[in-house]
Amino acid sequence: MTDLVIKSCGPMTSLQDRGRIGYQGFGVSPSGAMDRRALAVANTLVGNPPETAAVEFMNLGGAFTCEGGDLHVALAGAGCSLSIDGTPVAPQTSVVLKEGQSLEVGHPRTGTFAYLAVAGGIAVEPELGSLSFHLRSRLGGLKGSPLKAGDRLPALPEAQDREPMQLAVDLLEETGPIRVMLGPQDDYFTPETISLLLESEFTVSPQADRMGFQLTGPRLEHSRGFNIVSDGIVDGHIQVPGSGQPIVLMRDRQTAGGYPKIATVISADLARFAQLRPGMGLRFEAVERDAAVAAARRLKDWIASLPASLTPVRFALTTEHLLSRNLIGGTVDALAPAPADVND
Amino acid sequence: MRDVGPFRIVNRCLVPTPKILPCGDSAVTVEFGETIDPDINGMVLALDAIVRAQAPAGLIETVPTYRSLTIQFDPATTDFDALTGLLGDATKDLAPRRAVGRRWRVPVVYGGEYGIDLDEVAGLHGLTPSQVIEIHSSAVYRIYMIGFLPGFTYLGGLDRRIATSRRLHPRAKIPAGTIMIGGEQAGIAPMDMPSGWHNLGLTPVRPYAPGRDPVFLFAAGDEIVFEPVDASRWEALEKAVRAGEPVAEEVRP
Repeated sequence: MTDLVIKSCGPMTSLQDRGRIGYQGFGVSPSGAMDRRALAVANTLVGNPPETAAVEFMNLGGAFTCEGGDLHVALAGAGCSLSIDGTPVAPQTSVVLKEGQSLEVGHPRTGTFAYLAVAGGIAVEPELGSLSFHLRSRLGGLKGSPLKAGDRLPALPEAQDREPMQLAVDLLEETGPIRVMLGPQDDYFTPETISLLLESEFTVSPQADRMGFQLTGPRLEHSRGFNIVSDGIVDGHIQVPGSGQPIVLMRDRQTAGGYPKIATVISADLARFAQLRPGMGLRFEAVERDAAVAAARRLKDWIASLPASLTPVRFALTTEHLLSRNLIGGTVDALAPAPADVND
Repeated sequence: MRDVGPFRIVNRCLVPTPKILPCGDSAVTVEFGETIDPDINGMVLALDAIVRAQAPAGLIETVPTYRSLTIQFDPATTDFDALTGLLGDATKDLAPRRAVGRRWRVPVVYGGEYGIDLDEVAGLHGLTPSQVIEIHSSAVYRIYMIGFLPGFTYLGGLDRRIATSRRLHPRAKIPAGTIMIGGEQAGIAPMDMPSGWHNLGLTPVRPYAPGRDPVFLFAAGDEIVFEPVDASRWEALEKAVRAGEPVAEEVRP
C-alpha cells in the first residue's frame, strides 16, 4: 500500500468527506467538507466518487511525499498553488506524485478551504460511517486528531490508470448576494430587523471556523427575547445571540441550540459562503423555496456532469512537459528565402 | 379532533397544534411547543417514529429535540409538497406518548471529589447533602433529547426543590460521567466537556463509547433512575466499564 506522508501542514488540516449522517439524534455533529463543490472537483480529477474523503486545508497549505509507490492526486478549492519538486501543476489538473518527490500545496490566495484528493481514497477506518474529523467530539480523521507532520495516510489501491487528467469546467455563479430563506424563528424579530438583515452589508469576523462564521454588522434586535428551548440546527442556520451579531452555523455545528434562527443560507450557496475570508463583506438576499430548490438541482446536476468534462492531459504546456520535449529540431528560419522546391 | 386556539383535542388530551417551519431548502422543523413538557416531547418522538417508518424519498435524517422534530432531506430529490402532506396527515391525530423507551438504572457516587458542587447546592436550598442525594435519586427522569456532544443526555424530571440556576462561571472541563443539574434540567456528561451546570456526582456509565456495541446507550424517550453507590462499588463498576460493559442496567418501570 502507498502512503501519503505529511511533511508539514496547518493546525486545522483534516480529513473530510460527505459528513457523518444519521447520528445527529445522538448529539453527533455531521461535519463534512466545507466546500462540497471543490471536494467533488478534486475527487473527479482522480476518478473517485465526488464525496470520497480528502485532505481539507483551512487557511494554510502543506507539504507531502509518498512512500511505497506513486500516487495520483488532485487539488481543488481555494486558490492554492500546487507544485511537485518546485514545478507548478496547472489548476484543475491531476498529477502523479512519484515516490521520493515532494508535493507542495501553497497558502490560499483566494478563499479558505482546499481539498487534496488521492485516487482510490484513503484507507482509514471510518467512525460512525465517516472519515470526517470533528474537533469537539474527537471523531474521525486519524484517531480523532487533526492531521500533523509525520502522519501517514494509506491510499487504497486504485483500479484505474494513473494518467493526469484535466477538467474543462467553470464553477457555478460565484458572485451576488448569499441567498437565504427566512425562518425558522424569523417571528422573533420585527419586520424592521428582517429588512436590516436583507439590506445591510455584513463582514466576516476573524471568529470564523468550521463550526460557524461570526458576522459583524448592524445589531439585529430581538422582539421576543433571545432564549428559546433548544431546537434542531441545520447547516446554514443564521442564529442571532443576545449580542445581535449573527452567526452562520457551518458543518461542525452543534446538533441543537438555544438562540433564535432568523434565516437559513440555501444549500447551493453554502460552499460559496464558506470560502469568504475574514474581513470580506457580504449581503443576503431572501428567496422562496422554488428558487432554492432549483439552485440545489443545478448544483447536483453540475457535480454529476463533472466526469464528462474530464480529459487526459496529453498536450498541456507545463514547464515539465516543455523541458521534456525537443523544441529545437525541425525549426526553420522564417526570414530565409524559401527553398526552391516548396512552391514549385 | 378539534382546534382550540394553539391547542387541539386528540383522544381527550389537549395537545399543541404543530407548526411546520422552514429551515432553508434542506430541512423543516415541526414545532409542537416552546416549553419543556413531557407531552410536547412525546409528540416529537411519536412523529419521529412515523417519519422514520415512512422514509419519504430523499430523507437524510431526523433530529428530535425537547419540543420539535427537524427533518433533513435532499432538496433535489424530495418532493416538498408530498413531505408536508405526510407531516400534515401524521400530525392530524397524533397523541403524545409519555414513556416510549426503556428505563435504565444508573449508579452514582455523590459528593466529595465525585460531586464537587453537592455541598453548595445543598446550602443554596437550605438542605443537607444527604437530603439532596435523596431527592435527586428518588425521581424518574425522562431523556428529552441527546445533543450538544455525542451522547450528552438531557434529562427532565428534576425535583423543583433542588432546581439550581447555572453557575456564573462555567468550568472549562468537567470529567466524563459527571451527573449534573442546570436550572430544572439534569444531565449526564458523556465525555470531558465544558459546563456551567452543578456537579452532584459521578457515574462510571458512558452514554457514548466508540467501539462498544451499542455505541450510544440511551435514546430520547428512555427513562433514567439514579442509584447511590459508594466509592468502592464505583471502583468495581469503573473496571467493568473499562472492559466494555455498559454497567447501566435496564429495569422494569
